[in-house]
Amino acid sequence: MDLTFSAEEIEFRDELRNWFEANNPGEEPRGDEDTVFEFRRNWQRTLFEGGWGAVHWPREYGGRDASLMQSAIFFEELGRANAPLPANVLGLLLAGPTIMAWGSDEQKERYLAPILSADEVWCQGFSEPEAGSDLAAVKTRAVRDGDDWVVTGQKVWTSGAQYSKWCMLVARTDPEASKHKGLSYFLMDMEQEAVQIRPLVQITGEAEFNELFIEEARIPNENMLGGEGDGWNVALTTLMNERSGLGFFLQVRLRQLLDRLTGEAQSNGRIKDPVVAEALGDMHVRTETLRLLAYRGLSSIEQYGQPGPEGSLTKWLWSETNQMLAQLAVSIRGADSLTEGDSWAYELLRSRGNSIEGGTTEILKNIVAERVLGLPRK
Amino acid sequence: MRFDFTEDQHEIKRTAKDLLASRSTPDKQREAAEAGEYDQQLWRELAELGWPGVAVDEQHGGGGLGYVELAGLLEESGYALLNGPFLSSVMCAAAITEAGSPEQQRAWLGRLAAGEATGAFGIAGEIVADAAAADVLVIADRESGTMKLLPDPGIPALGTIDPTRRYSKPEPDPSTGEPMPGDAQSALDLAAVLVSAELVGICRRVLDMTLEYVKDRRQFGRPVGSFQAVQHRCAQMLLHTEGARATTYFAAWAADADRDRLPEAAALAKSSASKAGIEVTGSAIQAHGGIGFTWEADVHWFYKRAQLDAAFLGGSSFHNQRLSTLLTPSG
Repeated sequence: MDLTFSAEEIEFRDELRNWFEANNPGEEPRGDEDTVFEFRRNWQRTLFEGGWGAVHWPREYGGRDASLMQSAIFFEELGRANAPLPANVLGLLLAGPTIMAWGSDEQKERYLAPILSADEVWCQGFSEPEAGSDLAAVKTRAVRDGDDWVVTGQKVWTSGAQYSKWCMLVARTDPEASKHKGLSYFLMDMEQEAVQIRPLVQITGEAEFNELFIEEARIPNENMLGGEGDGWNVALTTLMNERSGLGFFLQVRLRQLLDRLTGEAQSNGRIKDPVVAEALGDMHVRTETLRLLAYRGLSSIEQYGQPGPEGSLTKWLWSETNQMLAQLAVSIRGADSLTEGDSWAYELLRSRGNSIEGGTTEILKNIVAERVLGLPRK
Repeated sequence: MRFDFTEDQHEIKRTAKDLLASRSTPDKQREAAEAGEYDQQLWRELAELGWPGVAVDEQHGGGGLGYVELAGLLEESGYALLNGPFLSSVMCAAAITEAGSPEQQRAWLGRLAAGEATGAFGIAGEIVADAAAADVLVIADRESGTMKLLPDPGIPALGTIDPTRRYSKPEPDPSTGEPMPGDAQSALDLAAVLVSAELVGICRRVLDMTLEYVKDRRQFGRPVGSFQAVQHRCAQMLLHTEGARATTYFAAWAADADRDRLPEAAALAKSSASKAGIEVTGSAIQAHGGIGFTWEADVHWFYKRAQLDAAFLGGSSFHNQRLSTLLTPSG
C-alpha cells in the first residue's frame, strides 16, 4: 500500500500546475450561455495548444498516453486551478474514446482531431422522454433508405446541442429484434433542418439541456459506429467512460466549496457552535471518503483491469454530499443564501440535478445491489 | 500511488481469515459469549503465530511489520467476532511503543508481543475492554494529554450490552500508576485506527450474513433480496462499509508512512467506522426481519460489539467535531 504519488506522477502534476498557473483563463463568466460557451471553447483551444487537450488519449491521436492516475491528476488539478471544463467535454470524454474503441480507420481519421481542437463539438443523444433510466427502451427509429438512414424521434437532456456539430445518437434500426439487440449507434450531423433544438430551462433558470426533435433526418450509412444492431454495446462503451476522469474534477470542486464554507464559519466564529462544527466535520469525512474511494477505484482498475465496487458508489456519494453541503450552507448562513445571485443559492438549486443526471441514485443502488452484491433481479 | 494491499499483506489477511473461519466459528463465539469466557487455547495459538506482536518492532521481540498488516488482522478478527484480548493487547502495545519510557518498553513490549502478558488501553473514567484480567493497563487522560501505565490493574468487571468482551471502568486515580513520558494523542490515534479496523470487519461480516439471508428467505413467492427496498438497504450497507474501509486503511497507512497526517486520518477513520458499525449492524437486524431480533440469530453479537467499539474513544459526533478543529488553523 502506497498512498503517495510516484516521482513520475509528481513530475506530471507539477508540470501541469505550472502550466495552469501561467495559462489560467480566470473566473468563468456567469449567466448568458453563449458567452460561457465561447469562454470554454477558447479555454479548450488554449489547453489543446499547450498539449493538455486530452491527456488520456493515445499519442497517435494527439493525447499524452496518460495513465489512469495521471488522468485523475489532470482533472483534480483542473478543479484545483478553478478552471472550467473545456467546451467539448462530451467529445473528449465520451465520443473520442467510443470512436477509438469502435470506429473504422476512416472514422478515426475524420472525427478525432476536430474533437481535440474544439472545432467540432459533440452532444449525446441517448435519453428520450420514454427512455430515461431504461435506456434500451429508445423509440427513435432509423430506417434504411439507399445509402442513408432516415431518422425520426425525440431526444431529451441533450447538453450543449445548440453548439454541437455532431451527436452520438442511439436509434432503433430493427423494431422486430429484442429490446437491446435492435439498436444501432450513429454519428449524426446536427446541422440539418430535420433536427430542431429546443432549450429546456432548468430550475436554476439556465438551459444547459435541450430537447431534440428529429423529423426524417438523414444519416449516411458510413456514419454508423459499430455494426447494425451493435448500438447497445457501443452505448455501454460511452457510458463506461462517462464517470471516468470527471469524478476527480467534481470531487475537487466539492472540496473547494466545503473549504469555502469552513473558512467562512471560522472567520465569523460560527464554527464554535458544536452543531456547526459537527456538521462541517461530517462533510469533511464524506468528502475525504469520496477522494479515497475514487483513488482506490483507480488502483483497482490498474491492478485488476476492472473497477471494484467503488465506481458505482462514488457518484452516489458525491451527489448526496453536494446536496447536503449546499443545504448545510443555507442552514448556517441563513436566508441570505437564498437571495438572487448568491452562489450558494445557485449550488442549492443546481445540486438537485446531481442525483438524477448521468444515472439516478435509485438506478445506481440497483446496480450496486445486482452487480456488486449479486442480489436477484426478480 | 497504489491503494491496495501488497501480495504479502493479502497473504497475511487470507491466512488469518482461513484460520479464524475454522477456529472462531459462530458456535464457538456464542458459547464463549454465553459463558462469559475467552478461548484461552485460541489465544495461545494466535500468540504462537505472532499476532499480538505483528506491529511491535523486532528489537522488542515483535514481527516488525506495520499498522496496515495489524489492521488487516483486526479486520479479520472483527469479521470472525474473535473473543480474547487481541485488540486490547495490541492497542496497549502501541501506546507503550509511542509513549513508554525505555524501561517500560523493555518491561512490557516483549511479553505483550509474545502473548505471555495481555494488555488493555483506554481513557480514565470511560469504559475499557479487558482491564479486569490484563497484566498491564495504559490509561490516557484527554485533558492533560498524559498517560499512565498500571501493572496488574485488576479493575472490577462491569456488565455491558456486549457479552463478547469483558469491560471495566477505571476511575481516574492520581495515587496509582507509573507516569509515561510520551504524549497521549498519538496512542489515542493509533488505538482509534485499530478499533476502526475491527469495525470494518464487523460491517463486512454482517453484510455477508445479510446477503446470504435475503437471497435465501422467500416471501410473496420470491427472495426478499429481489425487492428494491431490501436491495437499496444492502447497497447503503456496502457504501458505509467501503467508506469505513477506505478511511481506515488510509489511517493505518498514515500511521506507518505519514505521521503528520495521522491525527486527521485517525479521526476520519473512527468517525466513519463508528457510523458504519452502528448503521450496518442495525440494518442487518432489520433485513433479517423477526429472526434478526432473536437471541438465536447471531446478528446481535455484532450489533452489540459494534456499539461498544463505536462509543470507545468517541463516536462519529466526537470525531467530526474534532476534525472541524483540526481543519481550523486558528484552533
